[in-house]
Order: sequence, then structure tokens, then C-alpha cells
Amino acid sequence: MIRFILNRVIRSIIVIFLISVVTFTFMQLVPGGPFSSDAGGRPRPPEVQARLEAKYGLDKPPVEQYFNYMANLIFRFDFGPSLRQVDFNTNQLLFGIDFWEAPLSTPVMISAEVGLFSFLLAVLIGIPMGIVSALFRNKPPDHIAMFISTLGVSIPNFVLGLMLILLFSLTLGWLPVYGWGTWQQAVMPIITLGTGGMAIIARLTRASMLETLGQDYIRTARAKGLRERMVMVRHALPNSLIPVVTVLGPMLAAWLTGTFFVELVFAIPGIGKFFITAVTDRDYSLIMATILLYSIVLVAANLIVDIIYAFLDPRIRYQ
Amino acid sequence: MTLETTSMMDQPEDLADRQLLEHKEISMWQDTWRRLRKNKVSMISLVYVVVLTLSAVFAFAIMPYGRDETDFDYTREAPMSEHWFGTDKLGRDVFTRIVYGAQVSLGVAFVGSLTALLIGVTYGAVSGYFGGIIDDLMMRFVDLMYGFPTMLFLILMMLIVPPNSSTVAIMGAMFIGLGVVSWLNVARLVRGQFLSLREQEFVEAARALGATPRRIIVRHLLPNSLGPVVVWMTLQIPGLILTESTLSFIGLGVKPPTPSWGQMLSEGWRAMRTSPHLAVFPGLAITITMIAFNFLGDGLRDALDPTMRGRD
Repeated sequence: MIRFILNRVIRSIIVIFLISVVTFTFMQLVPGGPFSSDAGGRPRPPEVQARLEAKYGLDKPPVEQYFNYMANLIFRFDFGPSLRQVDFNTNQLLFGIDFWEAPLSTPVMISAEVGLFSFLLAVLIGIPMGIVSALFRNKPPDHIAMFISTLGVSIPNFVLGLMLILLFSLTLGWLPVYGWGTWQQAVMPIITLGTGGMAIIARLTRASMLETLGQDYIRTARAKGLRERMVMVRHALPNSLIPVVTVLGPMLAAWLTGTFFVELVFAIPGIGKFFITAVTDRDYSLIMATILLYSIVLVAANLIVDIIYAFLDPRIRYQ
Repeated sequence: MTLETTSMMDQPEDLADRQLLEHKEISMWQDTWRRLRKNKVSMISLVYVVVLTLSAVFAFAIMPYGRDETDFDYTREAPMSEHWFGTDKLGRDVFTRIVYGAQVSLGVAFVGSLTALLIGVTYGAVSGYFGGIIDDLMMRFVDLMYGFPTMLFLILMMLIVPPNSSTVAIMGAMFIGLGVVSWLNVARLVRGQFLSLREQEFVEAARALGATPRRIIVRHLLPNSLGPVVVWMTLQIPGLILTESTLSFIGLGVKPPTPSWGQMLSEGWRAMRTSPHLAVFPGLAITITMIAFNFLGDGLRDALDPTMRGRD
């Protein structure tokens, strides 16, 4: 087990390293730099541009730039100065000027809250929906649940978000259009982001539950006279949730990127906003910081899922 | 798929069924089609997809308005009899632009998934056919790639395209980008198929007859693993429609005046207070098309493998 975990940890570190290299390479390939005239702002004389680039070390060879950046990040947890938001450090933009003063309203935590709440919504509704569907296979509850989940899989989150705004804010006037902080503001973003995941989880739970219910050990459990409730709770449920756990990891990837479209649609001050402005501004250190932050969360989530999975299903450990 | 693997429970309703009982072999695809035809939802979806594709291709001939035809007497009009989906801020017909937008949205999805298919099938085929250490290394790489936040990289890739490129160049970049980020699943799929198929007798027979690896892969293994790949592709297309509209929504897709659904939605979003129809119709177009492909994919999967019916 320890070997398994170690193996996964090393793999995760390699992934993060590769992501940083690929991101860095892409930024070198993107035409224009943060200080060139096509990146917006007024055109600068070449000398000024050269001076600015020298100030931020952009005149050095790319490999050296990469190592400087990474060393700074690893040893000082410093994502570097923002190249375009003058006088701001990337850390300050993402983690707030003083993180501990109001940790819950820093961009990083706001994004995490959006993600976490919608994740809870997806799991807490998706799994029961799938179970009900499987138990009432081919009966009305199943049809209704599967109809909802096909719809949920098919509606892109930004379309759903716009439709919700149209209905609940602009037509009915029940909920505020944008912002973050009150529960009214949270309702629509969470539904928007949670629905897709809920649909996938419901379908998967249903499929896996049906598969489990067809197994011999379920028949054995029933044959030995166990009450139906016990058969479900003791035998069917735990086994059918294993595949559901495995998709949670990869699904988080879509989730995390989903958050920044939801942040865009609902004007939520999370880190998604910074990624989009950083991308149009060619703000190298901010792009690197957001991508690395997303990747670390993603890779860590995958790692946790892998470990949980290995605990649930011992066969995995010995592969 | 011949008689042995087909269900004997079906009543002989039509000619195809009677042929079955008379031990006439029908091909796997005929068999699939026979089963798919009975699935109403899938057939409706198929008709929708075909009609949409044909209208997109022949839009110039069948649409009553031009793509960029403006009418300043009717700007931001709600739906009415002359303009079914209303008009936008320049008085262009929204219905017409949605049909034209399908060219980009569907085109990117089709070609993008074909690109992914080419990369994935080749990769999976090599990995699955040779097995052993090659397979091990190749699959390790796929595992690593799974950890990548693909959407973020797609956005970075689209940035490499100079902002003033032509529509064709931007679409080309999208094909490549989408292909590069979405081949992983199909590679795994094909590899799995190959690993199980290559142990079977007909492959051994081909090898005994001196067939080269290339011939075995192309003539024997690939045709036999086509079923799941077709299902994958049908289910991949809605994903790519979504990705394309996402990119267009944040302004990284094709540039105006060429319409795409995501871009129309993003334009409509800004005017949502005053003219909601500008956001509603492109949003519906994206959603309905994705639903149709999802139903079609589900139906195809059931039709190809009846034992999986209703199991997801």
C-alpha cells in the first residue's frame, strides 16, 4: 500500500512538472509579449520595452527564465510579480493582500467555495437519483430521472447559467444576477455548475447499481433470506459506488475549468477572472500561476481518488 | 455479428428477421441498423442531425436571407412571421445565422473528432497490437496526459493563432487543438479492443498465413473494433460542440461576421436584458443538438451491443 501511494505521489509530481514545462513552452510560442504593443495599452518605444523586459528577466534565455521562476515558486512559494497589474504580486492577486485577514473572500477561496458547493450538490442529488433509477428500472421514476440526467449532460453550463438568469433574475426577479457572498447569489452558480456533474453521477450510479444487482452474491444474499433493505445497504450499495468514486477524479478537471465559465457568467470574483484577463494580457506569471494552481488541485484530487479507490478495491493495489 | 450472437427472442416481423431465421448471414452493420431503427428517440435524433447537417451545407440555397444581410428597419426584433427567431442588433435574421453557425459548430465537431480519431486509433492500435513494454510505456504516457487540464491548454493553443487570421485558419487550429486534447479515450478504447482481439484464432490464422503486422491491424483488427469507436465518436461530437462554443463564448473562436453558436450566444448574453431571444435561440441550438447526439450515441451503443441495453 505504501509503495502504491509513493508511486502515485511521484507520478503526480511528474505531471505537475510536465504541466509547468508545457505551459511555459506555450507562452514562448504565443505571438507578442506582455510589453509589446499588440498586447493592448499604448505603444512603447523599443528602449522602454527592452528595459521593462530586462526588469522582469524576460531578456534571459527561456530555459533560465523557467528555472528562475520555478525556484522562486518552490523555495519561496512566490508566483512572481504580475507583469501587467503593475505593483501587484501574483500571490496578492490570487490569495488577497492579506490572506488571513479575510480568508473566505480571497479569490482562491471563492473559487474553491463555488466548486465545493456544486460538487456537494452533484453528489448528494446524483447518487440518490441513480439509485432510485436503478431500483425502479424501466418504471416512471427511472424514465424521469434519466430524462433529467440526459438533459443535464447536454446543457452546457454557460447556457444553463444564462437561462437561469433569464428566468429567475430578469423575469421573476427572485435572485440577483451576479456577485458572490449571500446565499441568494450562490443559488444559480451552484445549480449551473452542479447539474452536469449530477447528471453524470446519476447515470453512472444507475449503471453500476444495475450491474451489481445482477451479481451472484446479491442472489445469495437474497436466497439466505436477508431482508431487501439489508441486501441493498450491505451488499449492493457499497459495491456499486466504487466505479462512481473513480470518475470523480477525472470529472474534477472539467469541474475546475467549469468554475471559471460560471465565474464569468455570474461575475464572481474568483481566480477564473484572472486567468481570462491574464491570457488576453499575456501576463506570463499570472497565466503560469493560475494554470499551476488549477493543476495542483486537479492532480491532488486525482491522487486522493486513486488512494480511496485502492482502499475500496484491494485488487487495484497489486496491479 | 452473425446468428449465434443475435437474440433469438425477436419475433420475425420483417424481411430482415426472416432472413435471420433462414440462417442467412447479415453483416454486423445491417444488424445494428435493424435494431437502431426500432429505437424511436434515436431515429428522431438521427433525422434531426441529418436535416441540420444538410441545411448547414446547403444554407446558401435554402435560407431566405443572406448570412450577413442587414435590415436596419428591423433591429433586435422579437420572433415574428418574417423572422422566426427574430433579428439581431444589425437586423440580421437570427434563424439564418443559426443555420450558418452550424457550419462552424458542426464542422469543428466532426473534423475535430476525426482528428482525435486518427491520433487515438493509431496510438491505441500500435499500443494494443505490440503489447508488452511498448504498450506499458505508451499507456503510462496516456495516464500522464489524463492529469492535464485540457481546456486550459486548448485556450493557450488558440492564443498561438494570430488574432487577425482567416476563419479557415482559426477553424484549422481548432481541429488540431481539439484533436490533440481529446484522443486519449479512443486510444484506450482501441488498445483494449486490440489486446483482446489479437489473441483470437482468426488473427493467429492471418499471422500463420504470413500477414504483416500492418495488414493484420488494418484488415483484421481495425474492422472488428469499429463498433465501440463509432459509438465513441457519436458521443464525442456533443463534447466538441460544447468545447467549440465555450471557446467562441470567450472570444477565442471564429471572428465575426462569421457566426458560430457560442459566439452568437456570447453576443446575445450582453443584450439579454433587452432582447433575450438573442441568447435563447443559440443556447437552444447548442443544447438540442447535443441532446440529439447523446441520444443517437446511446441508441447506437444499445444497437451494437444488445446485452448492454438500458445499462448505460
